[in-house]
Amino acid sequence: MTETRSRAFYILSAVFALYVLFLYGPTITILVLSFQGPSGGMTFPMNGVSLHWFHNLWAGIGVPNVVDALSNSLKLGIVVTIITVVISILGGYAFRRRFRGQDALFFTAIASLILPSIVVSLGIALEFQLFNQTITGWGDSLVENYVDIENPTAWTNFLGFIGSSIQDNFQTLMGLFTSGLGAHLTWTLPFGLLIMFAVFNRFNPAYEEAARDLGASPWQTFRFVVLPMILPSLIGVALFGFTLSWDEIARSSQAVGSANTLPLTLRGLTTTVTTPVIYALGTVTTAVSFAVIGTAILTLLIVQARRRRHGSDAGRGV
Amino acid sequence: MLDEKSRWTPYWQAAPLAIVFLVFFVLPLAITFMVSFWTYTGYSIEPALVGDNYASAFDKCIDSLPDLCTTFRTYLSTLKFCLMVWLITLVLGFTIAYYLVFEIKSPTTRIVLALLTTIPFWTSNVIRMISWIPLLGRNGLVNQALMGAGITHEPVDWLLYSSFSVTLSLVHINTVFMIVPILNSMSRIDKSLIEAAYDNGASAWQTIWNVIVPLSKTGIAIGSIFVITVVMGDFISIGLMGGQQIASAGKVIETQITALQFPIAAANAIVLLAAVLMIIWTLLRFVDIRKEL
Repeated sequence: MTETRSRAFYILSAVFALYVLFLYGPTITILVLSFQGPSGGMTFPMNGVSLHWFHNLWAGIGVPNVVDALSNSLKLGIVVTIITVVISILGGYAFRRRFRGQDALFFTAIASLILPSIVVSLGIALEFQLFNQTITGWGDSLVENYVDIENPTAWTNFLGFIGSSIQDNFQTLMGLFTSGLGAHLTWTLPFGLLIMFAVFNRFNPAYEEAARDLGASPWQTFRFVVLPMILPSLIGVALFGFTLSWDEIARSSQAVGSANTLPLTLRGLTTTVTTPVIYALGTVTTAVSFAVIGTAILTLLIVQARRRRHGSDAGRGV
Repeated sequence: MLDEKSRWTPYWQAAPLAIVFLVFFVLPLAITFMVSFWTYTGYSIEPALVGDNYASAFDKCIDSLPDLCTTFRTYLSTLKFCLMVWLITLVLGFTIAYYLVFEIKSPTTRIVLALLTTIPFWTSNVIRMISWIPLLGRNGLVNQALMGAGITHEPVDWLLYSSFSVTLSLVHINTVFMIVPILNSMSRIDKSLIEAAYDNGASAWQTIWNVIVPLSKTGIAIGSIFVITVVMGDFISIGLMGGQQIASAGKVIETQITALQFPIAAANAIVLLAAVLMIIWTLLRFVDIRKEL
């Protein structure tokens, strides 16, 4: 190919630069506007610079559950990340060998990735509604059959007690860490699995064989040979796990029950809040995302630097 | 190497994955299908085997032909968004992938620039939508600029809460789904093929059209599947950026869920699922996804 920069290069560079501006410009706008002065509005010009709207946000902006939503999303994100990493590693290992149902499992994962989120969300909501109706039904029938009956025994009393406990206490199985967690996993696991596929397709099994030949147990082989080698990709899986959960809205929409996640709260606020406080919340949310992305990239760079220092000693006469 | 005991290893390793998908994906879809034939009362859904929900989904669709019923109109409008967003993201995604693969020579620069296009994918979509408000609103930057330049005297209304802002936001969010798979396919193209085309006198356009596009076909197909399925089922962007005024297949379902009409919502979900599966099936005829990994 030609060595001098062609005209196409400059045109395409301009297109790329415009695309990056298009990509980041709006977000930067609300980052700037979130520092709007106390009397400023939702658009430019800036009426001074202040942290007013962040204070306002922290005070709860009259919507008491904003801080709750933040902590809900944070907790859920961490749980989703851990589960995604563990299940993806196991799944990745499984797919290195042949097993029955392999293709079905693979296509289910792909389907879970691309089928409309509203359908998945509705499905989970319906599933949990049926669970709830079933449990309530059990409670009712236990009370009907075993409470205030003739000739009660210890056993019928026990069953009656369970029935009335269900009637008194049971509300719903739906929640952040049941249906909500499941909904998020259907979205994060396909990404995790695809990353693990990419990893193990390029993984040389000779390293594991060498470890085995030297007497390592399967666990030791994983812990001291495979894990350090695939660590950068696992950081990638964790990054996807957390950020996708943190930002997830479509699948959460019907499936988290009464507890709201941050994106759902944000969406609700767009119709009720008309001050820059919503931008402040946007800035906080984006800051968390960027902190996670930055940590992931930094960790990757550190791992690579360590590898260069501690890597192969071939030819060094050690 | 494989002894008798380890024959079962892949099964327990795959079990957690399979269980999650079974409980939170396969079973919910099956239940949705089942419930789409049920009836409902104000507070519960009751087993039945009725076609009422589908009849209501396609209310008067046959009778009123050649006029389109609400459902057909909604799907037509959703498909229109699909087509627009697909065309724009395809051209944009292909151009950017081409730039990164063929115009950027240094691998480090390429990784950094590719990362630059991917990072927003890891930030919140809702915020990325809200971000357009100060730009496109009546008093937004764009209107200020237009009026400042004397192009219009009145603020332009169709910039926000319109088909325009919905399309813009969908392109904004989904172009990355085109870039990544196309980038993946393109970076596997042997550079000597491009040289060969060049040496044989092909123009730049001929090289792109006859060499690069066919070899990027898989990436294009995967990207297209992603973008089209996301837009087909979208209700968040269309809701937020359309000011809750524009209908879409996904939004219809959301509205019915809010009204607790679960069986009707389920019937509509099954219709949407069928539509999406048909599109995917058509696109899959062009490509074998597993070969790409």
